[in-house]
Amino acid sequence: MSSRPDERGRFGAYGGRFAPETLMPALLELEQAFDEARTDPGFLARLGVLLRDFVGRPTPVFRAERLSERLGIDLWLKREDLAHTGAHKINNTIGQALLAVEMGKPRIIAETGAGQHGVATATACALLGLECAVYMGVKDIERQALNVYRMELLGADVLPVSAGAGTLKDAVSEAMRDWVASVETTHYIIGSVVGPHPFPWIVREFQKIIGEELMVQLDGSEGRPTPEVIVACVGGGSNAMGVFFPYVAADADVDLVGVEAAGEGLDTGRHGASLVAGSPGVLHGAMTYMLQDEHGQVLEAHSISAGLDYPGVGPEHAAFLDRGAVRYDAVTDSEAVAAFHLLARTEGIIPALESSHALAWIVREASTLRGKTVVLNLSGRGDKDVQQVAALDG
Amino acid sequence: MVERGIDQLEAMFARVRDRGRAAFLPYMTAGLPDLSSSADLFVAMADAGADGFEVGIPYADPLMDGPVVQAAGARALASGVDVDRALAVVEQVASRTGKPTIVMTYVNPVLRHGIDAFVTRLADVGASGLIVADLPADEAEPFLHAAASVGIGMVLFAAPTTTDARLARIAAARPAFVYGIAELGVTGERQAVSSRAAGLARRVRETIDVPLVLGVGITTPADVAAAARVADGVIVGSALVRRVLDAPDPVAAVRTVREAVAELAAATEVPDRPEH
Repeated sequence: MSSRPDERGRFGAYGGRFAPETLMPALLELEQAFDEARTDPGFLARLGVLLRDFVGRPTPVFRAERLSERLGIDLWLKREDLAHTGAHKINNTIGQALLAVEMGKPRIIAETGAGQHGVATATACALLGLECAVYMGVKDIERQALNVYRMELLGADVLPVSAGAGTLKDAVSEAMRDWVASVETTHYIIGSVVGPHPFPWIVREFQKIIGEELMVQLDGSEGRPTPEVIVACVGGGSNAMGVFFPYVAADADVDLVGVEAAGEGLDTGRHGASLVAGSPGVLHGAMTYMLQDEHGQVLEAHSISAGLDYPGVGPEHAAFLDRGAVRYDAVTDSEAVAAFHLLARTEGIIPALESSHALAWIVREASTLRGKTVVLNLSGRGDKDVQQVAALDG
Repeated sequence: MVERGIDQLEAMFARVRDRGRAAFLPYMTAGLPDLSSSADLFVAMADAGADGFEVGIPYADPLMDGPVVQAAGARALASGVDVDRALAVVEQVASRTGKPTIVMTYVNPVLRHGIDAFVTRLADVGASGLIVADLPADEAEPFLHAAASVGIGMVLFAAPTTTDARLARIAAARPAFVYGIAELGVTGERQAVSSRAAGLARRVRETIDVPLVLGVGITTPADVAAAARVADGVIVGSALVRRVLDAPDPVAAVRTVREAVAELAAATEVPDRPEH
C-alpha cells in the first residue's frame, strides 16, 4: 500500500483540499516544507531529542494484570497518558511547531475540544518561543476548565467560540477563519488527522511513532506477545491512526478496532459516530465520513467526551473503513463512564474519557476476545475529566 | 431559445463595460429578512441600481464567512430556509428582475445533491452562475464541467496570497469570472480596502482574460469606487446583511438596503476609470 496520499491529497476517494483559495498557497507551502523536513537529518534529530527528553518517549507498554484476569483476556496498555502533558497530542504539536519554525512563522493557532491538543500546542509554543492562540468552544471551556487554565499558564490566549454548539467543530471552523486572515505569519497546528491535505498526512506521520514503538515493544519475544487486537478511540482519529498505521502499512495479522462515541445511543441521533452512522461529505476541507442531514448541512455531534464530540473523522479512516482495514464500532456515554471507573479501580490509572471509550468496547466484547492479546491505546489521562465525572456521580 | 445563465452574465459585463463602469453585485443570504420578503429585497436592490446579485444559500458551517454572514445564515436556517426554499427565492429574483443571479454556497450541499443535479436545478430556476466558497481550482474540474454543460457560469477565486503559478491554473480553467478576494480574511466589514486589492487586480489582469469581480471587506462607497477603478464588478455583502439583521422589521430592512445600494451602486461610476 502507498504510505502517502496522491498528489491531490487523496486516500482513495477521501481527503483532498476543499479549502478557500486564500489558504491554498499555505497548504502547498506546508506540504513542501514537511516533505523536506521529514527526510532532513537535522530536523529529525531535533525532533528525536525533544520526543525523548521533553515528551518522554518511548511511552511504556504496561500489562494490566488485574483487569486481564477480570476480563479473561491478555490486556496491555500503550501508555500515551504518560507522555508529557498527558496525552498523545504532544507528538504532533512538537513536530508541527518545529515545522513552523522552519517556515519562519512566529504565530501558532490551534483548536481544541477536550483541551489536550490546546495544552500540547501551548506547551510546544512555550518551548520554542512561539506566540500561541487556541480556539475553544464555550461548552468545552465550561467542561474542561482545568485545561483552560493550563493553557493560560503556558502563555497561550484561549479564545472562546460561541458559534454553533460551542464545541470542537466550531473551534476548528473559527481557527480556519483566523488562518484565512493571518496565513502569511501564522501556522495552524490542527489537532487531528483531519482538515485539508496535507494535514491528515502530516499528523499521521507525527503520530505513527505510537504504533512503531508498539511493534518493537510487543514483538513476539519472550513475555512480549504480539497483539492480536489493537483498540483505540476515534474522534478525529489521530491516536488511532498513530497506533494503527504502521500495522496497516505492514499488512500485519492483527485486528484493528476504532471506537467512536455513540453518545446517548446511535438511535437517538445524539452521538459522534461519523464512520459508524454518518455518510461521505466534505467537512473542514476534506472528503470524509461526516454527520449531515439530507441537505448536506453539518449536524452537531454529541459526546460526553469533548475530544470525541466532532461530526467528522480523518479521511484516511474513511479509506480504512471502505477497504475493511479497520473495524469501527461505537460505545455510549454511560459505557465509557463505567470503563473510566473500572480502570481507575483495577489498575490505578484514571483514563481520559476519550480513551475510556476504547476500554468500554473491550469490556463489552470481552467474551469474544477471551484469551486474546489485546492492546488498548491509552491515549490520555483523565485528570481533566475528574470534575465532570464527579458531577455526574453527584 | 432561452438565454443561458452564462450568456446573461457576459451580457451584463459587456453592458457595464460599454458604459465605462463596473457592475455592482450585492450579496444577500436567501430568506432574509424573512422568506416572504426575501425576493422583494432583491427587487429593491435591482431598482436601486444593482446589476446582478449573489444569493447565499445558508450553510451551517461557513468557513469563509465572518460573524455577520454567519448570523444571517443561522437565522435563515432556523427559519427553515433549506436548499429548495433558497432556490425558490433565486427563481423569483431571476424572473422578477431579469438580472444575473449568482448562487453562493459551500461544497457539501452541492455534493449532497449531486453536482450535475445541482447545476441543472440552477439552470431550471434561471440562475446565471455558481460560487462555491471552499472550492479551489484544484478540486473544481467536475463543477466546471457540469456547470458548462447546462450554461451556468462557474466562478473561481483569486486571493492576494495566490501565486502566479496558481493564477495560470485558474486562467486555464476558464471561469465565468474571477472573484478577487480584496482583503485577506473572511467576509466582513473593514476600515478600508487595502492596497493589495489593486495589486491582485493587476496580476489577475495580466494572467486571466475573464472579468474580475472584487469582494470581501468592501464596505463603503469609497471602497466601491476604489474597487471599480480596477475591476469589472464589485461585491458588497456584510455591510448590507448587517443592515438587514439590525432592521426592526422587513419593511425597514428593504428600505435601508435600497438606500444603501443606491449609494454604493452610484460609486461604480468612476470618472477616471482606465480602460480594461
